[in-house]
Amino acid sequence: MLRGPDDLSRREVLALAGSGLFIFFPVEPLEAFQEPERLPARQAYPTDFNAYLRIGADGRVTCFVGKVELGQGSMTTLGQLLAEELDVALDSVDMVMSDTDVCPWDMGTFGSLSVRQFGPVLKGAGAEARAVLLEMAAENLQAPAERLQVKAGVVTDPSAPGKRASYAQLVQGKRIERRLAKAPMKPVTAYTVVGQSPRRKDALEKVTGRAKYAGDMLFPGMLHARVLRPPAHGASLKDLDTTPAEKAPGARVIKDGDMVAVVHERRDLADKALGLIKAQFERPGSGPNDKTIFDHLLKTAPQPRVVDESGSVPEGAKLCRTLVERTYLNSYVAHATTETHAATAMIEGGKVTVWASTQTPFPVKQQVAQTLGLSPQNVRVVAPYVGGGFGGKSASRQAIEAARLAKLTGKPVQVVFDRAEEFFYDTFRPAAVVQILSGLTGAGKIGVWDYKVYGAGDREAKQFYDIPHQRTASSGGWQGGNPPGMHPFGVGPWRAPSVNTNTFARESHIDILAAAAGIDPVEFRLNHLSDQRMRRVLEAAAKQFGWKPARRPSGRGMGAACGIYANTCVATMAEVAVDKKTGQVQVKRVVSAQDEGVIVSPDGSRQQIEGCITMGLGYALTEEVRFQDGEVLDKNFDTYRIPRFSWLPKIEIVLIENKELPALGCGEPPIVTMGAVLANAIYDAAGARLLQLPMTPARIQEALKQGL
Amino acid sequence: MQRTISFTLNGKPARVRVDDERMLLWVLRSDLGLTGTKFGCGEALCGACTVIVGKEAVRSCVTPVKDVAGKQVLTIEGLNRNGRLHPIQEAFLKHHAFQCGYCTSGMILNAYALLLKTPRPAYADVIRHMDDNLCRCGSHLRIVEAIQEAAGAMKGGAC
Repeated sequence: MLRGPDDLSRREVLALAGSGLFIFFPVEPLEAFQEPERLPARQAYPTDFNAYLRIGADGRVTCFVGKVELGQGSMTTLGQLLAEELDVALDSVDMVMSDTDVCPWDMGTFGSLSVRQFGPVLKGAGAEARAVLLEMAAENLQAPAERLQVKAGVVTDPSAPGKRASYAQLVQGKRIERRLAKAPMKPVTAYTVVGQSPRRKDALEKVTGRAKYAGDMLFPGMLHARVLRPPAHGASLKDLDTTPAEKAPGARVIKDGDMVAVVHERRDLADKALGLIKAQFERPGSGPNDKTIFDHLLKTAPQPRVVDESGSVPEGAKLCRTLVERTYLNSYVAHATTETHAATAMIEGGKVTVWASTQTPFPVKQQVAQTLGLSPQNVRVVAPYVGGGFGGKSASRQAIEAARLAKLTGKPVQVVFDRAEEFFYDTFRPAAVVQILSGLTGAGKIGVWDYKVYGAGDREAKQFYDIPHQRTASSGGWQGGNPPGMHPFGVGPWRAPSVNTNTFARESHIDILAAAAGIDPVEFRLNHLSDQRMRRVLEAAAKQFGWKPARRPSGRGMGAACGIYANTCVATMAEVAVDKKTGQVQVKRVVSAQDEGVIVSPDGSRQQIEGCITMGLGYALTEEVRFQDGEVLDKNFDTYRIPRFSWLPKIEIVLIENKELPALGCGEPPIVTMGAVLANAIYDAAGARLLQLPMTPARIQEALKQGL
Repeated sequence: MQRTISFTLNGKPARVRVDDERMLLWVLRSDLGLTGTKFGCGEALCGACTVIVGKEAVRSCVTPVKDVAGKQVLTIEGLNRNGRLHPIQEAFLKHHAFQCGYCTSGMILNAYALLLKTPRPAYADVIRHMDDNLCRCGSHLRIVEAIQEAAGAMKGGAC
């Protein structure tokens, strides 16, 4: 739960024994407003608008949402959506997020769904509450509701100046019992809060260090736990001597089933004691490594399933003068959030509360209840500020471990992964293989497209160009259901899951076809694009970039790529310099144009696009998880290189306002183009075509040598 | 060795009785409850734990507490003056030079060390000085802009 430090009840303030420091954790008065129907047994968004908002006697509005603030800014953008429909000032809205006891159920924060899917639910609640309040005001002011106006939570009657009723007066701090069957939402043209770029609601807490993350929860007597980990996935414990750790002052060893842990009142001393445990593990037999993984995937993958087909691939091939076949590869990529997985668990009076860095507090609640044998009502999960997610904090092993250890020790327990654990238990973006067979007709048009993706998943695998004969097939993916051992460790969603892989392959291949046809790659794309939204972003990017058509490679180092994710269209162009001797790439400039429907916060969208471009440099150029026989060899940022200040290109963003579509997602789409746009720019700069991500200096040198 | 270490913490005298080989990060977070300084990597590779000792930015995750005996230590909690935000904090706020905020304390304090030494840094100075502080959300562009704006607002004055 997140909210400002004011308005604290007595129970919310706990003195930390001995230190004179205070921590804040709200328990009341929100619980008092908890209604049974707010937490339906079935997993769905509640229909009662009271689940999402409460108007206080002071006129402040509390907005309850199950979504998590991961850095993407939804604390602010969701507040904007409610303020808009309810007709209150954004500054008067206090956000309470991701607390399973007081927030309406939510499946989790992922997939760019917060605004796109949950947004309409929240707006609907605001619109219904506003209409009910107008009805109440009409009775109060004895004027027809149609005549009344609302501004900043105050209802006025224009034909009777001086007559006014504020929401606070109408509600008097009570729950609103009245309902309306249907309340219209505002037309886009009437928006005054949506479309603005307000100050982020988390700004002050984040620049002052006051923002609390799961590992910042401190309680009297709290123990820090470190869990003994195997050296490799599939390793089993053969011999264990915990005596030296037990002798460490203040340390205690806990053994429970498969778990061996050390607890201590100081985190670093728990680390030290863990290091004293002597454990022998039997490692698994030989398995794939980061070089053999692609053959392994092809060997273990099930038969690809056709996800889209039109025309006939054999017929299309007959139309073509030139056939072009390529295989694209990408390695496992880590989420590498700056905050590692963290959780603090406390049990009081039979109820467990877990503060966890998680994207999925409600599912974690179920897991904790199951593990501890408690009824879900006796489990509360709170995701406070989370230090980055990108899909990696959907899996929340640390929360379960903290809850188990709190039960075993009878004390509050904190589990914070160190960086090696973070890499080891990460649910990586899957390694993948994409095979594309395509062909050009004599007229320079794509006549056939046969696409197979292994390991990544089928999201946005279907291409969007005008091609008469095409087929898209997919085998395995990040969502599970893979044959055992296909991916040798956990995989999962990584910012725009599947789509980084599929866009890299598709947009690289389109560039290869354009070069084969002797046509400028932007012109070539436009020749095959009847989708007006995609045309518009590509043309907007080209205009901003100053794209000058040329046959490739031109030596100028300029590339383009298009992408789509969650119905948001994006086109990106980049300029790079390649040092042909060393294979080093410097990205000089990136231009990205995006159509995300209605823009809730232009500055918020820009932040997300800048973030996608910067983060995307990593999977394109350096990031790949090295592993061998179940051991994850990357254990920290010395070998796993993520983007830095010195990589920063000039970034230009074109936001295309499209009021014909609702607000779509914007936190993920622009990252999908980064692999291909840089591959295409590198080709244009050096004449080397990279078919594998990341495009490391060694791979660039190799491609130059082979004249690819 | 267990002993009492005295230093100045955010302008006030601080005394802790601890094993003096323990790292400053954990003494700040666990013993003193100052959680604005973050743990990110434990090996001085990410900069989330950056604090100021004397006039230098140091990585508190690899700084034994004995090294700060008798010295001035500044953490994010001590950066504001009389309840007012420091100009660097103001600039980070205005530019939204953060997303998840987890690296932000370290970024702000490393920028503070830069501006102590180089009150009017060129773009390249900022990049060079900040390069070993990692941000996964990709706020780099805004962080650079915020530091440049803070430098301007401080008019070359001391931090």
